[in-house]
Amino acid sequence: MRRGTALLAAAALLLTGCSGAPSGSGAASPTGRTLAAVKARGYVRCGSNKDTVGFGAPDDKGYWRGLDVDTCRAVAAAVLGDREKARFVPLTGQQRLTALQTGEIDLLPRTTTWTLQRDANGVNFTIPNFFDYTGFMVRKVSGAKSVRDLSGASVCVQTGSMPEVTFADVSRKYGLNMRAVIFDNVQGTRQAFFSGRCDALITDASALASVRATQADKPDDFIIFPADQEVTPLTPAVRHGDDQWFDVVKFAIQAMIVAEQLGITSSNAEAMRKSDDPTIKRFLGVEPGNGHALGLPDDFAYQVVRQVGNYGEVYDRNVGKDSRLKIPRGLNRLQRDGGLMLPLGFF
Amino acid sequence: MSYVRTAPEAILPAPVVARPSLAASLFGDAASSLATVFITLVALAALPHLFAWAVTNGVWVGDGEACRDAGACWAFLRAKTPFILFGIYPEDERWRPMVAVGIFVVLTIWSLPRKHWTRATLFGWIAGIVAALLLMGGKTIGLTEVPTSAWGGLPITILLTVLSLALGFPAAVLLALGRRSPHPALRWLSTGFIELVRGLPLLSMLFVASIMVPLLLPDGVTIDNLFRALVALTFSAAAYLAEVVRGGLQGVPRGQEEAARALGLSWAQAMRLVVLPQAIRNVIPPLTNTVVVIVKNTSLVLVVGLFDLLSAGRVALSDPDWPAPYAETYLMIALIYFTICYAFARYALHLERTLGQVRR
Repeated sequence: MRRGTALLAAAALLLTGCSGAPSGSGAASPTGRTLAAVKARGYVRCGSNKDTVGFGAPDDKGYWRGLDVDTCRAVAAAVLGDREKARFVPLTGQQRLTALQTGEIDLLPRTTTWTLQRDANGVNFTIPNFFDYTGFMVRKVSGAKSVRDLSGASVCVQTGSMPEVTFADVSRKYGLNMRAVIFDNVQGTRQAFFSGRCDALITDASALASVRATQADKPDDFIIFPADQEVTPLTPAVRHGDDQWFDVVKFAIQAMIVAEQLGITSSNAEAMRKSDDPTIKRFLGVEPGNGHALGLPDDFAYQVVRQVGNYGEVYDRNVGKDSRLKIPRGLNRLQRDGGLMLPLGFF
Repeated sequence: MSYVRTAPEAILPAPVVARPSLAASLFGDAASSLATVFITLVALAALPHLFAWAVTNGVWVGDGEACRDAGACWAFLRAKTPFILFGIYPEDERWRPMVAVGIFVVLTIWSLPRKHWTRATLFGWIAGIVAALLLMGGKTIGLTEVPTSAWGGLPITILLTVLSLALGFPAAVLLALGRRSPHPALRWLSTGFIELVRGLPLLSMLFVASIMVPLLLPDGVTIDNLFRALVALTFSAAAYLAEVVRGGLQGVPRGQEEAARALGLSWAQAMRLVVLPQAIRNVIPPLTNTVVVIVKNTSLVLVVGLFDLLSAGRVALSDPDWPAPYAETYLMIALIYFTICYAFARYALHLERTLGQVRR
């Protein structure tokens, strides 16, 4: 009897836990509060991955590196004038949105896909800093070059993942009759592919690039191609309710994209301040106005570019040609080059 | 009546059960011989491979390229051990976690002999824990501030173990006494807590602590993630240890407490001086068991984003410059856990033998 009571209590606790979690709207943040809090505190707090190399992971010395990490550093450079005034809180997938909603972090750049449900439930997505897609990796010797070549192939899939859904959709859509070899963890899935259990491996293309670089004996023996037309925009998010902070983060990210469009890099930013081009002068804050409108110093974009770099530099350094991942720019090129990165006007 | 004994019978020694010799146990009968030969053959077949992997083809120096298509990548551990041991703690400040670990090692070694079990040692532990925490954090004592989200590796594992035991054990004793208390409110409270916590998987408690608790707090109030994990671990340690202690209490005859009370001792004195020492001495083996489980359970904080030893090892493995040598890394981490647990188990065995209650 006593045990029964305890079990009931336990069940009640778990139930309230399940219903309580998604409905909690967390800290309301009136506009301006986050920016003032960050300035008073002296550093930006960002949620981070902890072992996603290229996006967010510490190096051997405990220094954080990655595309998402640099996004956070760009915000720190814009707001506080120093990219090192950023702190990273490692979060798991389940913790990340809660941590943002409750004010444990100011910003969530952590390979988070912008979806309707998330956007409607307590967070605001700023500007995508990486466009990903679901991809297949196959051995070059197999001769497969696109999804249609995979008829009857066996595919290593991780159960419960978004790519598992894509896999089923694609297989049905093209009538490929592919066979899923299902695993319940990331590592098992990858090892099975490399040991030859399956013809193909399906997951996010950026993860595939990383797997190929880290786990293939000869990375050049493998190729990656997209599974379908769908693009997943990985987007840094902020809390609902603080429009000023929302704008600040958007334009800190935009500063990197616009700088690439204008040909400004971390090494020539200083010299570019003497440019006669009015667009560049406005962008770098030589002509004042932009920073003030956001509640930032006028040279915020200059600080972002000089300290962190333009989007192309940040991309190449972390995930692109200068990194071990070597993910092609693809969708992440500027709009003028055929990609999805759209520079906005700085005026 | 000639069979009535008139003189006492000579006292016989207890029958000696001869331990079989090693040779006899290995080759005593056909089944044993077969098993011995089979196991030896399997070992002989496996050993050359293991040796080739670990030694002949092992890579001791060099970088990730040297490890491709090779055996064990020990060079990886040479490069990554500082990271695995100290996680994301800033490199320039790593002397601080080293000193913190040193404090715990010195305190542990000092506390081993029974003659050091004094009030001074207890205060030494409290001072040591506070000093280690201050040193790791840094802010209060004028060093560069390192937030708990940047603490990692071995110090996290040790801190979580030591603190969850140090806070959990006294709580466990109170819970065990509470569960046997004649006051119904105390009894129900203790029983309820124990059954509730024991009935929930530790993993789910960690999730609740790290995901639900922040949502229940008022706006703007946040509790440190490390602290939340510590609370979950402490609850779990307290509940499990309480049941072990209760087992010990049941093994002490009621007469002990009654005699102590009859001599004029208060209830608290009777418990502290008479009942609990006997109770705990009786349950050293299951206590050891529970403590070893608690040490290893700290690795579960991996799921709430803390950089304990295991977690730091997995992060180190994600470095694309190396061909992810899982086996070597897990071997090293396993060795660290084994060293801690085995040393503790041997010490507990030593205590069991020397605390005067040798019942075999």
